[in-house]
Amino acid sequence: MTVETNLPVDQEYIRSFSAEKGEAQWLADLRLAALDKAEELPLPIAEKTKINKWNFTQFTSHSVKSEPFASLGELPEELKSLINVEEVNKNLYIQRNQTPAFLSVSQDLTDQGVIFTDIATAVKEHGDLVQKYFMTDAVKPDEHKLTALHAALVNGGAFLYVPKNVEVKEPIQAVYVHDNEEAALFNHVLIVADDNSVVTYVENYVSTVAPESGVANIIAEVIAGTNTKVVYGAVDNLASGVTTYVNRRGTAGRDARIEWALGMMNDGDTVSENVTNLMGDGSFADTKQVVVGRGNQSENFTTKVVHFGKNTEGFILKHGVMKDAAKSIFNGIGKIEHGASKSNAVQESRVLMLSEKARGDANPILLIDEDDVTAGHAASVGRVDPLQLYYLMSRGITQQEAERLVIHGFLAPVVEKLPIEGVKKQLTEVIERKVR
Amino acid sequence: MTASTLIIKDLHVAIDGKEILKGVNLEIKGGEFHAIMGPNGTGKSTLSAAIMGHPKYEVTSGSIELDGEDVLEMEVDERARAGLFLAMQYPSEISGVTNADFLRSSINSRREEGNEISLMKFIREMDSKMDLLEMDQDMAQRYLNEGFSGGEKKRNEILQLMMIKPKIAILDEIDSGLDIDALKVVAEGINEMRGESFGCLMITHYQRLLNYITPDHVHVMMEGRIVKSGGAELAHRLEAEGYDWIKQELGIEDETVSQ
Repeated sequence: MTVETNLPVDQEYIRSFSAEKGEAQWLADLRLAALDKAEELPLPIAEKTKINKWNFTQFTSHSVKSEPFASLGELPEELKSLINVEEVNKNLYIQRNQTPAFLSVSQDLTDQGVIFTDIATAVKEHGDLVQKYFMTDAVKPDEHKLTALHAALVNGGAFLYVPKNVEVKEPIQAVYVHDNEEAALFNHVLIVADDNSVVTYVENYVSTVAPESGVANIIAEVIAGTNTKVVYGAVDNLASGVTTYVNRRGTAGRDARIEWALGMMNDGDTVSENVTNLMGDGSFADTKQVVVGRGNQSENFTTKVVHFGKNTEGFILKHGVMKDAAKSIFNGIGKIEHGASKSNAVQESRVLMLSEKARGDANPILLIDEDDVTAGHAASVGRVDPLQLYYLMSRGITQQEAERLVIHGFLAPVVEKLPIEGVKKQLTEVIERKVR
Repeated sequence: MTASTLIIKDLHVAIDGKEILKGVNLEIKGGEFHAIMGPNGTGKSTLSAAIMGHPKYEVTSGSIELDGEDVLEMEVDERARAGLFLAMQYPSEISGVTNADFLRSSINSRREEGNEISLMKFIREMDSKMDLLEMDQDMAQRYLNEGFSGGEKKRNEILQLMMIKPKIAILDEIDSGLDIDALKVVAEGINEMRGESFGCLMITHYQRLLNYITPDHVHVMMEGRIVKSGGAELAHRLEAEGYDWIKQELGIEDETVSQ
């Protein structure tokens, strides 16, 4: 066996890690095969951003144990603000670094057959379901180095299954807390919505420590069956030292709707992929993203909707604000495959730069292999208008406050249209903190 | 409140290195209404922009003082908080910021933290001023100036004036683009402000505005300077006879700031 030097773990480690967790053989095998791939596959292509020097692989500790929270009262204040502590019938999973730290699922949902639990428990208790969908349909381990590494090293995450014809009324929430400087996060979220079901899932990634370096490799898969509606909200808020690869991908069956509401508020270098594959006829995707970049971070956001089915519709709306010396690339891709007639691909990306050193770029891309379709795109990159600031300041408002108003105004058209109230509120608060 | 005094002395102002104002002298006291008239291109709007601190205009010499404080040393927001206000000819549109939020931020910027205007009081006051200006109530929740008609923008400037209650206001062509009914409404709003603690400088091409707001002092601007001053009767004479008699009197051939 060859000994690889560019990864901090080897086959031996994976074998013992999997055994210690008491994992099924299929997962151990999947991990080992993926590790082989991780060594040979290249990094993903982040169009227009050089990521080959980024630290996606070097971390201190792949496995750390954290104390669970006995009750929500124990949560630090910054986490309490993310959840409604008073609410009794909540459906909430909190993960502390890699450790499942709190879980609450209402009796009502359990009675209806809804499964919501941490990924390790799901592998044990619902192995068949997990095996069927885990990196088989939406994301595959052998796409590139980071998906392979993810498959090999998954150490946290959640599984949500909604049975046929079940409509989950209240949002289901997951909070992933990063409060150990050494913890590397390989988090996997798997959501399976069976036919005719409806569900809203909201997640937060939040750092309460500021390590000099760290790694987050996050993959979320949404499998939306026939005539389902899945609304997926996220507010990512990881610390500046953490290099993040985050891939949220959905597969929509016939007449399925997947709506994404993503607040990309990480302070560290980030590569984000958000892809929806519209497989079934009449399926629908809507992605709304809000980004605030600051400091020296570099970010690359690819948002893509691929139309396979007929009469499919995809909408992408992204607004980003770049402060300080932050850099970001917004790639928007609408791809209509041959045969996806009567489909419609629409996208809009706008970037506002607040300082001379900030950089932003928006690349709208339409790839169309079918005649009978409609498509449209709009993109703009610009600096804050000095006359707007002058006008606001001429009423006594300080420059800082004027900039804050302009930023809020710029992001509002996206924030206000986010489909989940809770995400809207959280995001507004995070933006408030970041632009101050 | 005591009356304020704005004193402008020998003000020279350039834009992109080209001198527009060539020595303006003017004194405005609380309780006084001044009008600056003059044909296009004579530097009237430049004066208002320079007083407020527009980023493109450079004061090359001269001074502006408000109650003894050096205005030119102040940032734009400091000038506003010191008591200056400019109703702009072309107000910016700011998407995503509601008119009401903007107004409240403006008012609170003048107040200590913890002593912000109460929401109820703010709404009551805004409602009554909007009624007086015959503005639709929904304009409070619309984004600042976005999609406003020309007339709506002007009313909105006066709404801000009435809510902020500055010591000295400059109204830059507040009458342009207004029909006669709208002009009356706007004039009524401005006249409401009259009082010992409020001084006003109106910049206009037209005598028409001055039929509704009687000025105490009228100044004529040409070639980047105030070339003639008088009382309200001066405006009437300009209305009747135009500007040519002044040019002849002063031997001016081209009244505009030479290009």
